[in-house]
Amino acid sequence: MVMIVIAVGFFYAIPNLFGEDYAVQVVATRGAEVTATTQSTVDELLASKNITVKRSELENGQLLVRVGNGEQQLLAKEAIVESLGDKYIVALNLAPATPDWLESMGGSPMKLGLDLRGGVHFLMEVDMGEAIRKMTEAKMSDFRTDLRGEKIRYAGIRDTPRGIEIKFRDAENLGKAERFLKTRGNDMVFDDISSGDNYALRANLSEAYVKQVKEEALQQNITTIRNRVNELGVAEPVVQRQGAERIIVELPGVQDTARAKDILGATASIEFHMVDEKADAAAAASGRISPSSKVYERRNGGQVVLQKAVMLTGDHIQGAQPSFDEYSRPQVSINLDSKGGSIFSNVTKDNIGKPMATLFIEYKDNGDKNPDGSIKMQKIEEVISVATIQARLGRNFVITGLEHAEAQNLALLLRAGALIAPVTIVEERTIGPSLGAENIQNGVQAMIWGMAVVLIFMLVYYRGFGLIANLALTANLVMVVGVMSMIPGAVLTLPGIAGMVLTVGMAVDGNVLIYERIREELRNGRSVQQAIHEGYGNAFSTIADANITTFMTALILFAVGTGAVKGFAVTLMIGIATSMFTSIVGTRSIVNAIWGGKRVKKLSI
Amino acid sequence: MYQILSIKGTINFLRHAVPISMISLVLVLGSLTSLATKGINWGLDFTGGTVVELEFSSPINLEQLRTNLASVETDGAVVQNFGSSRDVLVRLPVKEGVATDIQVAQVMDAATTLDPQVIQKRVEVVGPQIGKELAEQGGLAVLVALICILIYVSFRFEWRLAVGSVVALAHDVIITLGVFSLFQLDFDLTVLAGVLTVVGYSLNDTIVVFDRIRENFLKMRKSTPEEIVNTSITQTMSRTIITTGTTLVVVVALFLKGGTMIHGFATALLMGIFVGTFSSIYVASFLAIKLGINREHMMPVEIEKEGADQDALMP
Repeated sequence: MVMIVIAVGFFYAIPNLFGEDYAVQVVATRGAEVTATTQSTVDELLASKNITVKRSELENGQLLVRVGNGEQQLLAKEAIVESLGDKYIVALNLAPATPDWLESMGGSPMKLGLDLRGGVHFLMEVDMGEAIRKMTEAKMSDFRTDLRGEKIRYAGIRDTPRGIEIKFRDAENLGKAERFLKTRGNDMVFDDISSGDNYALRANLSEAYVKQVKEEALQQNITTIRNRVNELGVAEPVVQRQGAERIIVELPGVQDTARAKDILGATASIEFHMVDEKADAAAAASGRISPSSKVYERRNGGQVVLQKAVMLTGDHIQGAQPSFDEYSRPQVSINLDSKGGSIFSNVTKDNIGKPMATLFIEYKDNGDKNPDGSIKMQKIEEVISVATIQARLGRNFVITGLEHAEAQNLALLLRAGALIAPVTIVEERTIGPSLGAENIQNGVQAMIWGMAVVLIFMLVYYRGFGLIANLALTANLVMVVGVMSMIPGAVLTLPGIAGMVLTVGMAVDGNVLIYERIREELRNGRSVQQAIHEGYGNAFSTIADANITTFMTALILFAVGTGAVKGFAVTLMIGIATSMFTSIVGTRSIVNAIWGGKRVKKLSI
Repeated sequence: MYQILSIKGTINFLRHAVPISMISLVLVLGSLTSLATKGINWGLDFTGGTVVELEFSSPINLEQLRTNLASVETDGAVVQNFGSSRDVLVRLPVKEGVATDIQVAQVMDAATTLDPQVIQKRVEVVGPQIGKELAEQGGLAVLVALICILIYVSFRFEWRLAVGSVVALAHDVIITLGVFSLFQLDFDLTVLAGVLTVVGYSLNDTIVVFDRIRENFLKMRKSTPEEIVNTSITQTMSRTIITTGTTLVVVVALFLKGGTMIHGFATALLMGIFVGTFSSIYVASFLAIKLGINREHMMPVEIEKEGADQDALMP
């Protein structure tokens, strides 16, 4: 039993001995595929450039080419990018050099945290206020159409800090409106706030709905960021939610943080609006403007008055590619999802021959802060194109009037999806690769020194039993590594290595407790066998109690800690569990095998 | 057979309990005073701000780097060596209306004018909001840990012992924090992890002693509580010394070899292990006695059951 458990631990610890290969990873983007042909192309290409390929594997639609060293890796990447073009994402990677037979049995080395392998860590916050504002605006627009559709007369709808207020001329219309709107779902909560001759209804987003909107905003951001990260071409990125409003992004191996941030942080969305042709530009500039319209700046100068009602939002956009029209002017071809397609075809059908504007909305961090310390995002709205609707538009159409670079950029951002709510980077940590390597070296050094001294001490002090304890301690360390490798989510960080080192120091405690007890029992005149029994028996509850409390603090650390500290908590917990096993069960079985069932006069303790 | 302690009979630990408690009290009060007056030198994780770690190709003059950094955006920069004379840490406070990217770029500019081969080893930017939250969570974590332990120990032992152990833990935490405050050492997340580990470790010691106290209360029916506590501490003394020794060895290894990034962590542990061992013996047990622990408290049903279990293990 004991042997089996330890053997399993050993087995899964083995992959960590093999180290890693420098590799280049090739993944296809939309419209392309990585096939055996791609593989042979790449192999031939690298052979022609005198780059030795250790192994090239095609798995799950991605190609992994292992090369000799870091220099060749860079050369290989450049060559592949040049030959395959931008339909493929080529990323530098470190692939574990685990042999096939081991890998097929589920063996893989421990995952290293960013502090050990280098890379960027971002913590991003989703601007929920904006998500709610957008939803409120959509609701107001719904009210207008719905009430008009039902022929219920209202005097005005406006957004106030306390909710949406709908004014009526008389109680009858108010009553009708309230009854009607309440049948339209549970998204809103209505209050009659009429006083005297003022008939008004206040509507607020219900709590459940607000929660749903926030959840959706977060989920959408995660998906979008994941797509954008994929566009960056990073091997093994992490995109993960943290709590209700935040997203963790980890990009191992990335050093160019500026580009990463530009892509991740720039949140852009597109809205299509009709141009308000009735509005007089001069009058609008001086502020006289219909409440349903607004003045927008054009990117290439000038102003334009647009209707506030949004025809279509960017979240229906499925794909966007930069291309050129027949006059070789850059443009972006957009395709919509089916719902977007039908909305768009409906609204454009009635507006053929009228101008439609594409509004580009971007949120940028301009350094200002909200009163609560969170970063204030500046909303920048620009009309990037005004085009006359030539025909009823369906799921596929183009936006023109862009410069080449803009078309590229816009297509990338649109393709990666549009966001309901903007995100900001609230925490950023970049670890250089040299520092990562240094950290590993330091951690291992500390481990070797600490462990050596402990092993020597135990051997000298407890002799025979000390040797057994040392075996247990070594087995314990191997098992921690094995378990860490087995658990998919466990990541080794620098504090994690510290946790392992600490476990080495504390794991002997179990054995020390048992051995001291045995010595004590021997002094009290017990026979050898009795002393061993008493020692293990009495020490058990003490060891359990002491370890459970340490485990509890580790669990709390795990719950509140982030990143590296979590790594520490995980190793500590695993270390406690395995050390209890090895120091109690493990040593007992050795002791029994050696001294069990015999008449022994003297113990080597 | 080597023996660190060969104790004949029982050492009367509690005879010195009163003066030693006084020392403890002075240390705790001293720590609290330092915490109140000097405060804690909160690290980047808690204050928010920007840290840039640079590696120069040769040792540089820090004063010159400071002068180069005297622009508006990088005003208030703290420049210090980090580990070696070639490694430099630049810490910038949060600045209203200044993007952190610009701050980092300016630091790099200033560094490159001194040494074109400078390497940017690490950049960390923490928003002030995050810092505040981490600080709140950290404080909460320590509190929750103490409360959980109080509950667990009351459940497993007895409330007098539980109070004793939690007071001992609070004592350890306060003194460790006090040392960080007194020497104005950087207090970041890893240090917090260290402090919580100290809580777990120190409790480990306390429990070993308490376990023996419980056992002896049942065995030594004629003795006074003081005698029992003394006997228990004496019996567990060599174990305490050995385990503390091995743990100290690995922590010292971490402190010396683990590198600058976990220096704070190792420091917290080093402090905590010293104070924790001492407090398990004196603070926890002494307080339990003062709270009037006696044999009847040790006679709940579940303990009797455990005794029965252990008898069955006899050959």
